[in-house]
Amino acid sequence: MMQFFAMGGFAMYVWPAYAVFFIVLAWDWFSPALRRRRITRALRGRIARERTRNTRATRAEAPT
Amino acid sequence: MSRSYLPHWMHWLGSPPNFYRFAGALRPWLIAAALVCAAIGLYGGLVLAPPDFRQGDAYRIIFIHVPSAWMSLFIYACMAVTGLVALVWRVKLAEVIAMECAPIGAAFTLITLATGSLWGRPMWGTWWTWGARLTSELVLFFLYLGVIGLYNAFEDRRRGARAASLLALVGIVNLPIVHYSVVWWNTLHQGSTVDWLHLSQSSIAPSMLWPLLVMTLATHLYFFASILGRARTGLLSLEGGKQWVRSLVTETSR
Repeated sequence: MMQFFAMGGFAMYVWPAYAVFFIVLAWDWFSPALRRRRITRALRGRIARERTRNTRATRAEAPT
Repeated sequence: MSRSYLPHWMHWLGSPPNFYRFAGALRPWLIAAALVCAAIGLYGGLVLAPPDFRQGDAYRIIFIHVPSAWMSLFIYACMAVTGLVALVWRVKLAEVIAMECAPIGAAFTLITLATGSLWGRPMWGTWWTWGARLTSELVLFFLYLGVIGLYNAFEDRRRGARAASLLALVGIVNLPIVHYSVVWWNTLHQGSTVDWLHLSQSSIAPSMLWPLLVMTLATHLYFFASILGRARTGLLSLEGGKQWVRSLVTETSR
């Protein structure tokens, strides 16, 4: 097992290479999820604001 | 009627809500397949394959370096083709896919450059040389960054997508330069390991070749899973005013 991690003396090159591979791809995989959450939240806020504006508008239009 | 020569399924899939659902259904299977392939390929490459008789265990970087390098070219081609569709037919989905290809391609290009550097240090004694292969791959990285930057520089994102698609199309001249750089110029970088037309005559032992091919499959599957997810997010933001997105956003509890 130790021999496997030693990589014949090249451990300090092989393992960082694999770390770069997985870290960069993990960034690629998870960053859209964050963007998605931001978009969804902004959109929900916009819809909620439009609803309150519409109810206010109908109330204002209604005869008193 | 002008698009009636397209097959029916393409027309159906080009519609954002249909694509959104289709991509959402397909994506978990693709990423699962990618992870299974990566596990098999890495076991084959890191454990089963013997050390190289000249490079020792350092050569094992090949199992991520070469598939990533192929992906950096493949994704660029995908970006250019969808960019062409976006420019000629102004298909919204094509614009989204072209623009979402760029960050994935940039990620794979970065991996290629970084792992190549980590491989070059013990083999050539240097992290970097301005050889043809390395320089053209660096240019590829900057092309991806240029596409991303140009896209984000426009207030109107559909116009930005078309402008960046044009840059992607112009940059396609770099692809053959990257590919043939080890043939056209004498560089430190070694020649091609795999001969696709004569796989059995490749300059690599079968015990090293199969993990490389499985890793190549894994990175392709990963790319398709990633682009589907990114395209879904892109559509969500671009179609925010449409009814299908609104009902989707308000219905889901998350």
